[in-house]
Amino acid sequence: MSCCAATIGIASVEDGAGQRQTASEELWLASRVLGNGLRQTDLSVPGVHCGACITTIESALRVRPEIERARVNLSSRRVSIVWKEEVDGRRSDPGAFVRAIGERGYETHLFTPGEEEGDAVLKQLIRACAVSGFAAANIMLLSASVWSGADAATRDLFHWISALIAGPALIYAGRFFYQSAWNALRHGRTNMDVPIALAVTLSYGMSLYETIGHGEHAWFDASVTLLFFLLTGRTLDHMMRGRARSAISGLARLSPRGATVVHPDGSREYRAIEEIKAGEQLMIAAGERIPVDGRVLSGASDLDRSVVNGESAPAPVAAGDGVQAGTLNLTGPLLLEATASARHSFLAEIMGLMEAAEGGRARYRRIADRAASYYSPAVHLLALLTFIGWMLVEGDVRHAMLIAVAVLIITCPCALGLAVPVVQVVAAGRLFQGGVMVKDGSAMERLAEIDMVLFDKTGTLTVGEPRLVNAHEIAPRALAIAAALAAHSRHPIALALQKASAAAPPLAGDIREIPGAGIEARTKDGVYRLGSRVFACGADGATNGQSEAILSLDGRELACLRFEDRLRPAARESIKALHSRGLETAILSGDRHPVVAEIGRRLGIGTWRAELSPRGKVEACTAAAGSHRALMVGDGINDAPALRAAHVSMAPATAADVGRQAADFVFMHQPLTAVPFAIETSRRAGRLIRQNFALAIGYNLIAVPIAILGYATPLVAAVAMSTSSLIVVTNALRLASTASTNAFDRMEPVACPRPLGIGR
Amino acid sequence: MNTLVYLIPIALVLGGLGLAAFLWALKSGQYEDLDGASWRVLDDGDGRPHA
Repeated sequence: MSCCAATIGIASVEDGAGQRQTASEELWLASRVLGNGLRQTDLSVPGVHCGACITTIESALRVRPEIERARVNLSSRRVSIVWKEEVDGRRSDPGAFVRAIGERGYETHLFTPGEEEGDAVLKQLIRACAVSGFAAANIMLLSASVWSGADAATRDLFHWISALIAGPALIYAGRFFYQSAWNALRHGRTNMDVPIALAVTLSYGMSLYETIGHGEHAWFDASVTLLFFLLTGRTLDHMMRGRARSAISGLARLSPRGATVVHPDGSREYRAIEEIKAGEQLMIAAGERIPVDGRVLSGASDLDRSVVNGESAPAPVAAGDGVQAGTLNLTGPLLLEATASARHSFLAEIMGLMEAAEGGRARYRRIADRAASYYSPAVHLLALLTFIGWMLVEGDVRHAMLIAVAVLIITCPCALGLAVPVVQVVAAGRLFQGGVMVKDGSAMERLAEIDMVLFDKTGTLTVGEPRLVNAHEIAPRALAIAAALAAHSRHPIALALQKASAAAPPLAGDIREIPGAGIEARTKDGVYRLGSRVFACGADGATNGQSEAILSLDGRELACLRFEDRLRPAARESIKALHSRGLETAILSGDRHPVVAEIGRRLGIGTWRAELSPRGKVEACTAAAGSHRALMVGDGINDAPALRAAHVSMAPATAADVGRQAADFVFMHQPLTAVPFAIETSRRAGRLIRQNFALAIGYNLIAVPIAILGYATPLVAAVAMSTSSLIVVTNALRLASTASTNAFDRMEPVACPRPLGIGR
Repeated sequence: MNTLVYLIPIALVLGGLGLAAFLWALKSGQYEDLDGASWRVLDDGDGRPHA
């Protein structure tokens, strides 16, 4: 099962180490009480994608005594765990489940409930689909006998039975269309559902009238089949949106949902983020995110501020410094005083900017809506003209009405109703397999229209973790010592050092980390120090754009290790692919000028802007919107407003919560090829939608004259309607038949977690 | 004509049974994880912990 290369999240196993205590508390708070001492926890595990993953996770959980049931849902990439509150008198620790899954190499996120209401509608739609399908099949059987020449009494009987089946089915399954049509009419608008509701009702009424009068033709089958096809389209449309929404919301990060509040009497309490007030003191351990804006009271540490401002180098903080919500505390514990509640924090300001930037997107109307606005008045007019025309020619109200109803049925947007959702579901499925999740169909429509791509730097073009670049210049022994020292820290540079050197022999001696400065080791050789130049050598030196760490022995410099952020895999190829498709590219970054210029040069992106504030990014996006339709790719909190302001947006799964919520697309795997892949798929989906519209209109051009001339018997209507729908669906499925270019073999090689259950 | 009096209700009841079975399966959550179900077929474990 080599498909198990879970690229995402291997690193997050150690990422969670610093927050074990809070994670357990949070999980306990977030679990649902089932009664009988049982609780349920739902975790999102975006890395699962095959049978081996299911067995691995389920067996890892089942061996634990406190777990009653564990089941992985592969469609929604979630695991639900039912566990006992107490085993042998001891309180269970839900944090252990997360660690058990983490040890198998899968990243987990706490699933945020509250997105389930969409499910109820989906179930209703599926039930309506089933009922209308049942009715359509049975009526069609009866109709087939009538068409093949049943005599008068039998025909009447069959028509009556059809009427009895169709009536309740229309009321039950048609209510979606009736409600929506009524809503539109009440507000003085018309939509696709108005001709549908009208056609279904009129054809049923007309058929009933004909049946009573022993007529030859009845359209019961047409009205129910129509409903069945349209409900199928609607269900698919709903399913696609629901699935993507739950997948993305399920990614909500484990932190920060709350923080440890220290009361004046010294007691501690873990409290939800909304309940933290300004002036309270908070304890932030290394590895935790800072929940609200605040000021450091005591302690020293390094902060990773990249999600907030895009600056890649960690910044040291000490007592008296202000800190912003959302930043990650890296090296030492901090005691903070909250200066603002969550509602007034930096995050809230970002939310305000996002709402302000919404405008561009709200104006966008989906292709189906635009088509409906032309289509439905045209159809009504056509049916009315047919009625008037036949009245003038024959003067027979009944016959004219019959033909007008036939026109309404034949032109009913059956194929149109399927044209868009089927293509979008197939395209979304293809994107999902390639590791890209779509929020809704209109995002794909918008992505197909872009002509410019704007990138954020840190975390988007780069991975956001530094890498040692001058390893070949450094003596192997110095490198080994540096790595041995680095093993004692979780600072990003230390982690990079650990990765760069093979197994380093442990250093004998007294080793400690000095937050905000570096690591010190007292050994029999002398005092080794690894950290900033001031800390290691006691002298200030020249610094350039790169981050560096100095290794020193008793204040003498042994080596200068230089680090650089690593480009995201396949970044250069992806940019080239975008250029070859005629798209313009640009970088919008909050980082410093020389760093951004360097990245731009290496990737061949000529246009870049650096040191932008979140507001600056929004302004750059709206400025581009004048002459371009732009795709914004970004990951940080500082990118979120720009993601909203752009025509369409995309974020990696590693992005900050807010960024991911703001984006239309989220890509799960590391390589940047996801961007050209999503654009290519969307464009092909757009082409197929246009083809489907052409097919549906072409069908109308042939069928409408037949109906107007009065040759559309129920048999002709049924055949024409089914054929057009089948053609449209078959055309959409062509998208699925081509293999994905973003297949798994393009992924970065990562140690595959060994599945336990398979290969015994 | 006489046989139709039996056959049509029988056909409708059988169809209705199918519909009821589908609705029941839907309600009991058997369509919640179609991707997972297709993989679980291949799993020859008995669902109990691997000792």
